[in-house]
This record gives sequence, C-alpha cells and structure tokens, in this order.
Amino acid sequence: MATPPSPPLLRVAALLLLVVASASTARADLVIARADRKVDLTSHIVRVLTSLKVENSGPEAVSQILLAFPNVQAKNLAAIRAFGTEGKVKGPSTVLPIEVVQPSGVPPELTFFSTSLSKALEKGKTLHLDVLTVFTHSVQPFPEEITQAESQLVVYQDTAQYLSPYPVKVQTLSIRLPGGRVESYTKYPNTKLAESELKYGPYEDLPPFSYSPMVVHFENNNPFAVAKEVIREIEISHWGNVQITEHYNIAHGGAKLKGEFSRIDYQSRLYVRGVSSFRHLIARLPPRAHSIYYRDEIGNISTSHLWSDSKKTQLEVEPRFPLFGGWQTTFTIGYGLPLQDFVFNSDGKRFLNITFGSPMEEIIIEKLVVKVVLPEGSKDIDVSVPFPTKQGQEVKYSHLDIAGRPVVVLEKPDVIPEHNLYFQVYYRFNNISLLREPMMLITAFFLFFMACIVYMRTDMSISKNSPSYLAKVQWDEVQSIIQQIQAIFDQSIAVHDKLEASLRDLSRSGDVQSCKAARKAADAQFKELAKELKPLLTSLQSSPQSYQIWPKVEELVAKERELQDKLMTRHSTVVDSFEKKLRGQDVENRIATQQQEVAALRQEVESLLEYISEI
Amino acid sequence: MASAALDSLPAPLRSLRLKTKQQELLVRVSALALIYVLAFVIRLFSVLRYESMIHEFDPYFNYRTTLFLSEHGFSEFWNWFDSESWYPLGRVVGGTLFPGLMVTAALLHRLLRALSLAVHIREVCVLTAPFFAANTTLVAYAFGREIWDSGAGLVAAALIAVCPGYISRSVAGSYDNEGVAIFALLLTFYLFVRAVNTGSLAWALASAFGYFYMVSAWGGYVFIINLLPLYVLVLLITGRYSQRLYVAYNCMYVLGMLLAMQIRFVGFQHVQSGEHMAAMGVFFLLQVFFFLDWVKYLLNDTRLFKSFLRITLTCVITVGTLALGIGTASGYISPWTGRFYSLLDPTYAKDHIPIIASVSEHQPTAWSSFMFDFHILLFLFPAGLYFCFKRLSDATIFVVMYGLTSMYFAGVMVRLILVAAPAVCLISAIAASATIKNLTTLIRTKSKSPQTVSAKATGSKAAAKGAVDQSLPFQQNAAIVLLLGAFYLLSRYAVHCTWVTSEAYSSPSIVLAARGHNGGRVIFDDYREAYYWLRQNTPPDAKIMSWWDYGYQITAMGNRTVIVDNNTWNNTHIATVGRAMSSYEDEAYEIMQSLDVNYVLVVFGGVTGYSSDDINKFLWMVRIGGGVFPVIKEPDYLVNGEYRVDKGASPKMLNCLMYKLCYYRFGELTTEYGKPPGYDRVRGVEIGNKDIKLEYLEEAFTTSNWIVRIYKVKPPKNRS
Repeated sequence: MATPPSPPLLRVAALLLLVVASASTARADLVIARADRKVDLTSHIVRVLTSLKVENSGPEAVSQILLAFPNVQAKNLAAIRAFGTEGKVKGPSTVLPIEVVQPSGVPPELTFFSTSLSKALEKGKTLHLDVLTVFTHSVQPFPEEITQAESQLVVYQDTAQYLSPYPVKVQTLSIRLPGGRVESYTKYPNTKLAESELKYGPYEDLPPFSYSPMVVHFENNNPFAVAKEVIREIEISHWGNVQITEHYNIAHGGAKLKGEFSRIDYQSRLYVRGVSSFRHLIARLPPRAHSIYYRDEIGNISTSHLWSDSKKTQLEVEPRFPLFGGWQTTFTIGYGLPLQDFVFNSDGKRFLNITFGSPMEEIIIEKLVVKVVLPEGSKDIDVSVPFPTKQGQEVKYSHLDIAGRPVVVLEKPDVIPEHNLYFQVYYRFNNISLLREPMMLITAFFLFFMACIVYMRTDMSISKNSPSYLAKVQWDEVQSIIQQIQAIFDQSIAVHDKLEASLRDLSRSGDVQSCKAARKAADAQFKELAKELKPLLTSLQSSPQSYQIWPKVEELVAKERELQDKLMTRHSTVVDSFEKKLRGQDVENRIATQQQEVAALRQEVESLLEYISEI
Repeated sequence: MASAALDSLPAPLRSLRLKTKQQELLVRVSALALIYVLAFVIRLFSVLRYESMIHEFDPYFNYRTTLFLSEHGFSEFWNWFDSESWYPLGRVVGGTLFPGLMVTAALLHRLLRALSLAVHIREVCVLTAPFFAANTTLVAYAFGREIWDSGAGLVAAALIAVCPGYISRSVAGSYDNEGVAIFALLLTFYLFVRAVNTGSLAWALASAFGYFYMVSAWGGYVFIINLLPLYVLVLLITGRYSQRLYVAYNCMYVLGMLLAMQIRFVGFQHVQSGEHMAAMGVFFLLQVFFFLDWVKYLLNDTRLFKSFLRITLTCVITVGTLALGIGTASGYISPWTGRFYSLLDPTYAKDHIPIIASVSEHQPTAWSSFMFDFHILLFLFPAGLYFCFKRLSDATIFVVMYGLTSMYFAGVMVRLILVAAPAVCLISAIAASATIKNLTTLIRTKSKSPQTVSAKATGSKAAAKGAVDQSLPFQQNAAIVLLLGAFYLLSRYAVHCTWVTSEAYSSPSIVLAARGHNGGRVIFDDYREAYYWLRQNTPPDAKIMSWWDYGYQITAMGNRTVIVDNNTWNNTHIATVGRAMSSYEDEAYEIMQSLDVNYVLVVFGGVTGYSSDDINKFLWMVRIGGGVFPVIKEPDYLVNGEYRVDKGASPKMLNCLMYKLCYYRFGELTTEYGKPPGYDRVRGVEIGNKDIKLEYLEEAFTTSNWIVRIYKVKPPKNRS
C-alpha cells in the first residue's frame, strides 16, 4: 500500500515556526487553560467540536477571541458556530457572533475568525467556549480509484496539537472513526488507538501556533453523497398548500469505480462486492407531507418507500441504479405541506417560516438554490436568513398567471445538514386576489356561452340577397308555418277525441242533450280552426320553398276535412239511433262502415302528420 | 307519463317544455358529448396504470423531435441535421419525417401556453392521441350522417370511440403518427364524400386541406391517393359520373397534390413515383371523359361521335402508355417500393426484404386478432354491407369500397387493422342503426294503436301498407327479443373493448409489469434504468451500438449517439451491426472500432422470462447481416434447421458476440428453483456455453433484472 501524499499541512507547519515570535507578543494576554477537540469522521462530513477554557491573564479586559485555521482547512469550512459560558461551571450558553478577520502580522497561510463576546472578559476571569466547525471534502479517498470488490479507504489530515494564537496549557484530541480497518495513522507520544477511537494527548504547555501534522488513513464505506446542485422550490398557495419541489444532481464523491460493474457479484455478494456503493438516500420530510412524488427527466421512479407518523415523514428514495464512486444521477422529489404549518400572520404581514436546507440526511450540497414562489400579487417582500446568502428576484408564470408570481431566489454554496435552520420570507398578500383566477375562468366561460348565444341568434351572412340566403330565410318561414299548422291539427285531433268521449258518455249516461251540445261546440271549434288555418295555407302555398311539402299538406287538409265530416255524420247517426232507442246491435251495424272509414282516415292523417313533422 | 306531469305544471314552466325536435337535438348533442368524453377517457388507462409517459419505440423519436421543435422553432427543426443517430452518417431529420404530428403537438402546446396554462410539452404529447381519437368520433358522426342518417352517425361515433383496433394505437402515451393520421384520413374521406354529394368547390377545397394534413402526418396517405381514383373509376364504370364528381376530384387532386409537395419528405413523389400514378391517370381520364361529353353534346350525331370516341381513346391510351413507359424506362418515374409490393403480395417481403418482415407488426393478421380488435363488428360488417347495397348511393359506394380495400390490407399486415377500423365501425354502425330503427318502428306502431288491430286486419287501406309485417305472428314480441339481443351484443362489445383496452393495449412496453408470487404487481423498469445510466454515467459523445429497435429510445432517453435506429433507412448500416453481432468477438471488435463504438447494449430476457429479447431477434440480425455480407450464413447458426442455445447449439452460435454478451456470467446465476445454474427462462434450456470470457469488451452495467446489459468496448491495446 502506497503511503498517503505529503500533506500540504506540513508546509504550513514549516512556515509557522518563523512567525511565532513576531505574532505572539501582540495577544499574549489570553491563555487557553484547556482545549479538548472531538473530531467525528464517521461520515464524509467532518464535525469538530472544540471545547476551550480561556483565561485572561493580562491587565485589560478582552472582548474578542481569535480562532485560527490553516487556509487548506478553512476553504472546506462549511459552518462555524461558537457558544460561550462565563464562569467556572458550565451554565446556559449563548451563541456568539463570528466573523472573519485579518489581524496584522499573521502568516497568510492562516485564516482567522474572531468571536465577539457579549461581555468583555475581565482580568483573571475564565470563559468556556465551545466551537463547532464542520468541514466538507476533508476526507479524501485514497486510492482514488478502486474496483467493485474493494472497500473505500480515505485520508484525513489535521494537526495533533491545537492551532491557536494563544498558549495552550493542556490539550487532547480524540478522533471517532467509523469502525473497520485503520490502514495507518501518524504516531506521536501519547497516541492511542482503541476500537474506533484515535486519541492524541494530553499535551501540556505548548506555545502559540504549535502545529504537528497528523494523518489517518482508514476505511469508510458510508455513503459519500454529494449534490452538485440542488434547486429547492417552495411555492405558496393560499388555497391551503405549500408545494415543495427539489431537483437533485447527486454523485458519489468517494473513490471512483474502475473496471467492470458486475451485476451478479453485486446481487449475490453485496457486502463484499459493492460495499463502497450506496443505493438509497433518506429524506426526513416535515409531518403531514402529502402527494409525494419521486421522478426524473424520463419518468417516475418506482423504487421508493415512505413511512409517516405524527412527528415526521420519512422518505427513502432509491435511484434507478446503485451509485458507485464517480457515478451520478439526477432526480426530483416533490411534496405538499399544509399551509397553516408554515405560513403565519404578524401585524398585517404574512410570513413563511420553513427550513432552508434539503431534507436529505448526511448530504453535502455544493450549490443550493432556494426559490420561494409567492402568490401572484404579493408585495413588500422581505427575507430574513440566519446566514449570508446571495439573494435575487425572479418572476414565474404558472397556470392562469398574468403578471406572474414573484420569486425570491436564495443561493448558497456548501450546504450541510447544519444549515437546516428556519428562515423567513415576509410579504403582503390580499385575500381578494385569491378569487382572481376563478373569476377569470368564470368570465371566460360566460363570454364563451354568450358568444355562442349571440352567434345562434344573429344573422351573420354577408350578402343579404344571395339566392342561398334567401332560400334559407324562406325555408325558416315555411318551417314556422308548418309548426303552426301542426299545432292546429293537434287541436283538431283533440276535438275529435272529445267527440268520441261524448259518444262514450252517451252510451253510459244516456244524456242526449249534452252530447248534442258537445257536437255543437266541436262544430264551432272546427270552424274556428279552419278559419285560422286558411291564411297559413295561403302563405305556405305562396312560398317558393314549399313545393316539396305543399302536396302533402294539401292532402292532409283534405283528409282532415273528410275525417271531420265522417266523424260528424257518425256522431249524428249514433245520437239519432240513440234517440230512436235502437238496440245496441243495430247501432253497431249502422255505423260499422263509418267506423272503419273513420279509423282508416285517422290512420292516414296521423301518418301524414308524422311525415310532415319529420321535415 | 312525463308529458302528463308536465301538463300539470303552471303555464310559464310549461312553455319551457321542449318540442320533439329540440328534445332530439338535446339528446343527440349530449350523446355526442358523452361519446367524445368517453373516447378520451378510455384511452387514459395507461396513465392510471402506469404514469404519464411515452410508449413503445417510434413515439420516443417523435417526442424528441417535438421537444426540439418547441425549443428551437420551426425553421431550425426543418433544417435539423441530427448527428446523434446513424453515426457516422447522421440523419437529415427535417427531410425524412412527416412533421404533422410534431407540429400539431407543438401548436397545441403553444396554444395552451397562450391560454396561460403552464403544461409540460410531454403532457401534450402524451394526450395528443386520445384528443385526436375523440375528434375522430365527431368526424365519424358527421360521416355516418352523410352516408346514412344521424342515428347511424351516432352509432358510428360510439363504436369508433371504443373500437380496440383503433385504441391499440391511440392510447395516452402512444405518441405516434397514426394517432393524428386516422383522424386526418377519416376527415379527408368525409370531406371528399361531402364534396361529391354536394359538388361544392368549398368542400373539395376542404378535403384537399384534409389530405394535406394527412400527407404531413403519415405515410399512409398513399392509401387515400389510390383509393380515391379507384372510387372515381368505379363511379365512372357504373355510370354514376356527374359534374359533382368532376368538381370534387379535380379540385381535391390538383390542390392536394400541390399542397403535398410542400412536405419535404414527400416532395415530387406525386408526379414521379409509381404509387401515385393511378391518381394522375384517373385525373387525365376524367378530363377525357369530360371532353368527350362536351364533344358528344356538340356533335349531336351518334355515328360521328362513335368514330371520334374511337380515335380519341386510341390516342389517349397510346400517349398514356408511352408516357408511363418512357417515364419508367428513363427512371423519371420510380418503380413501386418494397413496402408497396409487400402489401399487394404478402409473401414478397419474406423473400426480398427481411428488414420489413422482421417487424412483428408487419406480419399477416391472424383471425384471432381480427376477433380481438373488432369483436361484434366482424359480424355487423357484412350486414352493413348488405344495407349499403340495398340503398346504393355515391356515398355508400365509397364507404363500401373503403371497407373492402382496408379489410384486405388489414389481412395483409397486422398494423393496418388500424386503417380498417373506421370503415368497419361506419359500416357496422349502419347495420346496427338500421336494424334497431326497424325494430323500434315495429314496436312503436303496434303500441300506438293496439285496439285498431282488428279493424286493420279487415283489409282497409291503411293496413294494406303493413300487410307484409302483419303476416308474422308474435311479431312485436320477436322485435322486443331481437332488440334486447342487439342491446346485449352492443353492451358485450363495450365490455370487451374496455377489457381489451385495460389489459392489452395500455402497457407502455418500456415498463413491464408482472404478477408476483403473492399476487402483487411487480414492475420491471430495466429499460429506463439502463438508459438513465447511459445518460448520466457515460461521456456525452459516447457511441452506443445496439440492434435498431432500441435506437430511438437510446437517443431520446439516454441522450447518446447510436449507430442505427428505428428509421431503418440504410439497410447496409443495419446489416453491418447485424454482422458485428453475429461475428466472433475479434471480428466484431474490428467492426466496432471502425464505427467508433464505445458501448454495446443488448436486451436479454433469460432471467425474467421476457421473450422479446435480442436472442429471439438474433436470427433476423443474421438474415439482415447475411443479406448484405455473404460471410454471414444463416445455416451456421442453426443445427438441422433448428435454432437452439443449449449444448446442442452450433459452435458459431455459442461463440458469436450476441451470445457472449447476453450470457456473460449468466452461467453462475440460478434463475429458477430446482433448475441448474444458467437456466434460460425464455428458451427453457440450460445454456450451452457457461464459460464466457470477454477479451475486447467489459461489462459496464447490467440492470437489476438483467434485461438490459451494457458493455464497454476497451480501447485498443498498446503496441509492444
């Protein structure tokens, strides 16, 4: 096995010795009584927790404490936080503000951070300072290319002694490894490797800027999920939903796969062949997340699992293929969240309060873009984020948008799970604007139907005297006349029925007078109808469009008149014979032929009417 | 009863009562609207079962080009040279495709965007086919009304809305030319029949535009350009020539031809290709006919006219034959293409063009698929023909000819069932509608005046009309029984169609689904797994060699360059790939080097039992490869004319590239309990060569169910 490359930290160390004398004098007032560092190397995100006990031995009160990092480390620094507690015993700690400073007379290979204390540290007092630093890309795969069967070895470099501009009295360093093989590590006095923990120290009384590089080379097969870019879109709908869409571009940031990928090895001996790969990622979504989907550019991905309870929703997404070193994939997950959980009101303004980072566990995001899409018509937009971000504005057009929705764009490089803090977007939004889109739809449909009605009711022809137009107008007239004629015939048929009914009444009650009266009334009605019919018939005859239908109508009128006559005669015959008190059988005989004729005529009239109505 | 209830209403409400006409209109319009919705909705099974995705092979190309069109605009699209396919030749996309479908989808997308509906172009593409199928029902209604009556139109619309023969190619996601082409085909026919019926220039013009749309959408337009002249010819022969026909055909042909020339892929074929000559011949024939008619009118002397007729006909026939002969001999008129021949002679492709014969949808149709796709329409079709002949008109003659010719073509090629489907639906609709109408009139006349039966029976005038009907006893009951039978049949049809759609035609074929041991659904998403792996984890300029079936999918989903794809325009290129696949590894390596191949992709179903894999297609590769390169001989891969992959297989088979790539390290895998390792579940045998070593290639990726296997071609060794 080759030895790890000569660490750049060594060069730093050489330079440091030169500057110690000149730089240290300026801030010799502070002494670090004890420094304990805990480095967590179980995943590819390196978390270092440094507990410092700071003593002020100088005459003046100090309000700033400097923290030093070599540039090579500082460029991978994703987050730094300091918590301070004054006094000997640990009490409630406060988060202290941190900023990058460039004190004079320090080597350019170092980056300094300055913690401002809330209360200046008096002479002789001590302060507990906890500093959490998180580094990305600090565990490097070595060798850089492995086969499917090999497991992944990585290298971590740091200093065994705490690098500080102040003298350190007592210090320890403990490094937690993920377990498994440890290939090599730098050995100093007081170095101990127990199980998966590597310990350096304690070392006592070291001058400022003490530095002794250490390297550990160990096995780490935890997923090295690195997202090159994540775009997280949060869209607020005041109808009750916050829709989140996240586009991921994920790669395995560990040692690259060389040679074959053999499926049979992978599926039959997964823990031997393919141990360095990972096949799924876990996202912890907020509770009550719903309508969750998981897809990519070419469609839905069916390999995902979801568990949910009242506290969280856990989504396990499995990319289409296992990710080996250097392989990458892209996908999109989306889910809806209830509005009332994330959008609140405060003095007339609304604000969105939601976490900034991605819900994926243990993932490094090299570039995170968070887009907050506010409803159309939002005003006075104001953003408050707990760390510096690049901010911008965009406009997004979605369904039925006219002016577009204002979009707040926040961009941040190197995002880690520690950045999953809440941020706020304040805006003003009028509830009436909610109804704008439904009203637009209603208006559109209303106008459409109105246009249909107008089109049906108006005459759109250009030339008012073209033959086809005239023919159409005349045909419309003919049709309306025919309809009127039909109505008249329907009435006269009703009168026929009345006559028949009166005959039946007669045979039951024997009331001759009322029967006669009925006949009289019917006669009058027939005359009336005939009078009404006459002008209609003349106008129909005169119309040039009726040449087809006219003979039928004429026939109908003739038949109808015949039928009327026959009915009348039969009626009078029956009434007569009733008055003469003839036997029923004789009456039947007398009207038998008439009956047949009437029935036949009636049939014909009905069929003619049907024919006419079909036109 | 309803009217009685209405009568009891107060007067203002009574005035709202609809007249019979209005009621009929309301019923008709709402039935049509429901049919429209049904036609759309039944095609969404695939979206519900799977997802909103593009299906099969060709649609992926259409989708890719539509994407290009909507991103780059029409003129870029028209001039697009695609270097991602047919490496190293490339493909002039604008000049080798029918742009109708893509333009339609892009326009729909733009329209929706203009209405401020932010939909993705993919959704538009997925739903284009169902949308056009729904529109087809409207055309079918209008067509049915034109040839018979509005009742037949409604039935036709309902039948075609759910006809499996049509659904098979128009489900959501099957974004193929046929999706819009059947609409265009039926529209052109409808407008042409309408033009013949009315003799109106406007309708003829409309049908020319319909034809233009059809030409822009699908190569099947050749069917129109041959059926219409045939129809005109039949009308001429049966003595049904009229001015209306003259106007309709001339306008449609001349304008349609000019419009069709605007499509680059078609170009001057209308005047240069043998397949289009019939239309031109009939066009000239019509002119001669018209001229003779005119001369006859002028001469007014039968003897003189007869001699004139003789002279003219001789001249015309001589000139025509000469022109055709010279044209063909000089190469100005191209001869018929292989595809056209294979339609006229079903055995032609098998002997001469293996690349056409190798496609399963180009096989002759089995009876079962007719039954499957048409169901009761198969029985209604002859009945409808009977009704058509009974009421012969220009329109019914057309639909009869359309039905008979398309049925013939459907018999020759499975996929042409699609073209026959509208005709079968129309003719069956005539049968169903006419029968039901007759039966209901029987029942209605009886129920109207039941008391007068005895009076009529005495032989009065009115009863004389119905005397024939009267002679049958229990006529009314029989009519009711028959009506119920008809409804039963139609409802069976509906049930069958729904079942077929949901079970058989809604699978995207890119995602495979099977039933697991416990009855749950198992999804095999291997194709997309492999294509996405290619897209993400190979260099952007990598060249992928695979059999041509997967070309479109690789370029669309994998976004990588392929050697051959489903366009199959260059037989030699495909044969080269076929030759590489059927050679020994070292020979294949040389071919792959010469084609700059970086990855080889094969489809293998031996683990899952997926039967349409490359081993089953392999004989076609051998045949197509052997057709161009005689080095490849089919008998080398067979043992006594038998195709096998087990120990008894021929040595060439066991060591050719395709065999090696499919079965590489398969011998170590146990696929089925109780079977030896290396048991191929498709062929049902233990493979013959379990110890496969690859020298020039290495396994790059195999999907989780082994369906797609990708190999990397190693770079050449250093010279020592």
